[in-house]
Amino acid sequence: MELFNHNPDFKMDVLREVGNIGAGHAATALSRLLDKPVDMSVPTVSFVPFERIADRVGGSEEVVAAIFLRVDGDAPGNMFFLMSRKQAARVLHVLLGIEASEKDSYSELELSALCEIGNILAGSYLSSLADLTGLAMSPSVPSIAVDMAGAVLSYGVLQFGTMGDEALLIDTTFLKGEQEAEGHFFFIPDPQSFERMFVSLGVPLE
Amino acid sequence: MTEDNIVKVGMADLNVASGGASLKTTGLGSCVGLTLFDPIRMIAGMAHIMLPSSEIAREGQLNIAKYADTAIPELLRRMLELGADRRRLVAKLAGGAQMFAFAGGNDSLRIGPRNVESTKQALTGMGIPIVSEDTGGNFGRTVELSSQTGILYIRSVQHGVKEI
Repeated sequence: MELFNHNPDFKMDVLREVGNIGAGHAATALSRLLDKPVDMSVPTVSFVPFERIADRVGGSEEVVAAIFLRVDGDAPGNMFFLMSRKQAARVLHVLLGIEASEKDSYSELELSALCEIGNILAGSYLSSLADLTGLAMSPSVPSIAVDMAGAVLSYGVLQFGTMGDEALLIDTTFLKGEQEAEGHFFFIPDPQSFERMFVSLGVPLE
Repeated sequence: MTEDNIVKVGMADLNVASGGASLKTTGLGSCVGLTLFDPIRMIAGMAHIMLPSSEIAREGQLNIAKYADTAIPELLRRMLELGADRRRLVAKLAGGAQMFAFAGGNDSLRIGPRNVESTKQALTGMGIPIVSEDTGGNFGRTVELSSQTGILYIRSVQHGVKEI
């Protein structure tokens, strides 16, 4: 993207901080929900080829629980909270006391509980971003799929599809205890949202 | 599904195979996996189509494998180059799911059905018959086409492996 031709390192740093603040708030929310400490990695911000977008979560065919929200407002985009099935089962156990093993099918109650977690986390991510940037950003009703990572994530890069073969991804890993991945937070702002975010944060475009 | 001699087709990518090799693309969601096959010469082609029409493209260097209207003519050209006979070609398609359900919803969320529609339109326009399909639904698919048999194997998390 042309916007990143000038001073790309600084702009990527700014986006990393955006991810850091958003995911930091989301991690706090998750930690309260689970009543356990939740740590997080420093976000990685990079242009990822469509083909490799699922590599971060184990590959295109890896089955994940994915909660998807469309972000509307001044800086629209797509947001995913992704968990392994093992992790989804653990979260359900803590929240609902359901003894859920790793499995392919979930009850309505389980899906709705997972969706609500995504909703709460995305809400805290976005409201902290909105506070930071002064931009209006509101999440859509969340939707969940337990399916191949490639199939769910391709949905989030469609807005980049008309522009090239890669998408700018802000990826934060939530960690627990011994560096075991708790989940991934993917924020994929639409291509036209970056300029608005930079302007509102006082980042010189050129 | 066989493990040897597999040609991988990436997202927004296309490729051809013959001599018993298979073509495979993984994690089709709203994307469409389109395959063409010449049963006599045993030449197979596969495209992983991401978007319905190149009219919406804003990229400088157009990736023709990405759009239904440009990928199919290119796949046909590559297969003819390998010696396929256009009159014998048959098409199969899979994918075009709607992974996430939304009330109301904007148009980009209906991209799966639109991909299927526009793929069919392009095939009809070129006179290539569609012999079978496994499209729609709300689940992801991995597909593999054997150039030995022309059978399209479709694997999904919920339904296991299906042959069309």
